[in-house]
Amino acid sequence: MDSVSESQRTLYPYVTGSSVVAIKFKDGILMAADMGGSYGSTLRYKSVERLKPIGKHSLLGASGEISDFQEIMRYLDELILNDNMWDDGNSLGPKEVHNYLTRVMYNRRNKFNPLWNSLVLGGIKKGQKYLGTVNMIGINYEDNHVATGLGNHLARPILRDEWNENLSFEEGVRLLEKCMRVLLYRDRSAVNKIQISRITEEGATVFPPYSLKTYWEFSAFKNPTVGAEGSW
Amino acid sequence: MFRNQYDTDVTTWSPAGRLFQVEYAMEAVKQGSAAIGLRSKTHVVLACVNKANSELSSHQKKIFKVDDHIGVAIAGLTADGRVLSRYMRSECINYNYTYESPLPVGRLVVQLADKAQVCTQRSWKRPYGVGLLVAGLDESGAHLYYNCPSGNYFEYQAFAIGSRSQAAKTYLERRFNNFTASSREDLIKDALIATRESLQGEKLRSSVCTIAVVGVGEPFHILDQETVQQLIDTFEIVREEESAPAEPEVATEQDAAPDQAPGADQGGAENQGGAEPQGGSPMDI
Repeated sequence: MDSVSESQRTLYPYVTGSSVVAIKFKDGILMAADMGGSYGSTLRYKSVERLKPIGKHSLLGASGEISDFQEIMRYLDELILNDNMWDDGNSLGPKEVHNYLTRVMYNRRNKFNPLWNSLVLGGIKKGQKYLGTVNMIGINYEDNHVATGLGNHLARPILRDEWNENLSFEEGVRLLEKCMRVLLYRDRSAVNKIQISRITEEGATVFPPYSLKTYWEFSAFKNPTVGAEGSW
Repeated sequence: MFRNQYDTDVTTWSPAGRLFQVEYAMEAVKQGSAAIGLRSKTHVVLACVNKANSELSSHQKKIFKVDDHIGVAIAGLTADGRVLSRYMRSECINYNYTYESPLPVGRLVVQLADKAQVCTQRSWKRPYGVGLLVAGLDESGAHLYYNCPSGNYFEYQAFAIGSRSQAAKTYLERRFNNFTASSREDLIKDALIATRESLQGEKLRSSVCTIAVVGVGEPFHILDQETVQQLIDTFEIVREEESAPAEPEVATEQDAAPDQAPGADQGGAENQGGAEPQGGSPMDI
């Protein structure tokens, strides 16, 4: 038996990604995330892909520890490979993958060795849209729009006001860009290189990265400490 | 005592390319009382003949619910059937725990067949002496499978196993073309008639058969005795009214049954004697 001092656990994350924002839209699911990888508070990596298609019907977005996300991708690749090896016409849908991830995350937390991530899993199978999330301690839920990290505080209020089930692809992207722009302004670990991905009945697409237009000339941005007594 | 020098061990081949112990296990399936399954697009019905061991005992349970979407009917060694049902139940529960969705029927059947296959290739094991009709519903529709002690499995529109099952099979073979579009009620009726075919001169009563149904919007369940008796009564009345066309049917079936039954027995005896296989490969079923 390994003693506790010998065993290796993730006690704190090293390289982390920031928020993921995802919504249901008319034909499926849209997801957005930036491509930054922070080493503590240093923006160390600038081209980390955090949105990945899983099998035929699902899309995964991850924030948190990047290497743990890579480990999760290994689990999922094996899961999908084994599913395909049955070769019987059955396939795991987004609901099944989300539940699997919930079990993995909660199981690791119970070993006091959590995978340091917040995950978003979306997809569509047989016309049924699915969007859910699970975090490092196994908390999970489904919703019409979800976000991880600071996105929970900054993006979801916007989504609650402006989201509806019948958004077109263009409207959905515009809504996600609005969320990502707010995050870019207010989340210090966000970078201006974002990716959007879409999954519909036809399949998943992760679009090439691009930048958002920003405007930094607001007076509050220029001199943020005016009126904040005692700040530097 | 030994009629055959190649049948003392599951793993020993006969020069003719046969595994006698496995074939004997398949004989055990034929000795058990009959189990019948049939399927439409939306429903699967299982039926079985209940035979008590003695006047003083009750009969053994031959239909088991595995999960809300899967059930099995067994023929052969009931004890082996129970062990396999327990295995299937636990597989369903585990899958449901991990994925929160029902295990696809085809996958369970493959797992079950693989389990049976292992027993045909290990000197310290014995093959299961039970045949299972697996009825289930999943996202690809209604399914009926037959799992054999040899580790083979087949998907069927309708099938019957166990003693005197040939008569039921003959009935099903004549009718199966219409099953796909059958209503739930018609399917149950056909199951009851097929069950009657495999009875030994007994009258069809709810006490000698068990019926179970699984289908769209209907979790697998065994029909209670009163319901079955009511169903029997209704269609027996209908049958008496249509007695003219029904009569010749019964006659042909009775002719067919004695022909088939001894034939099968002789086949079994010849197999034990190690004779050349007649017709198809002996491992086919």
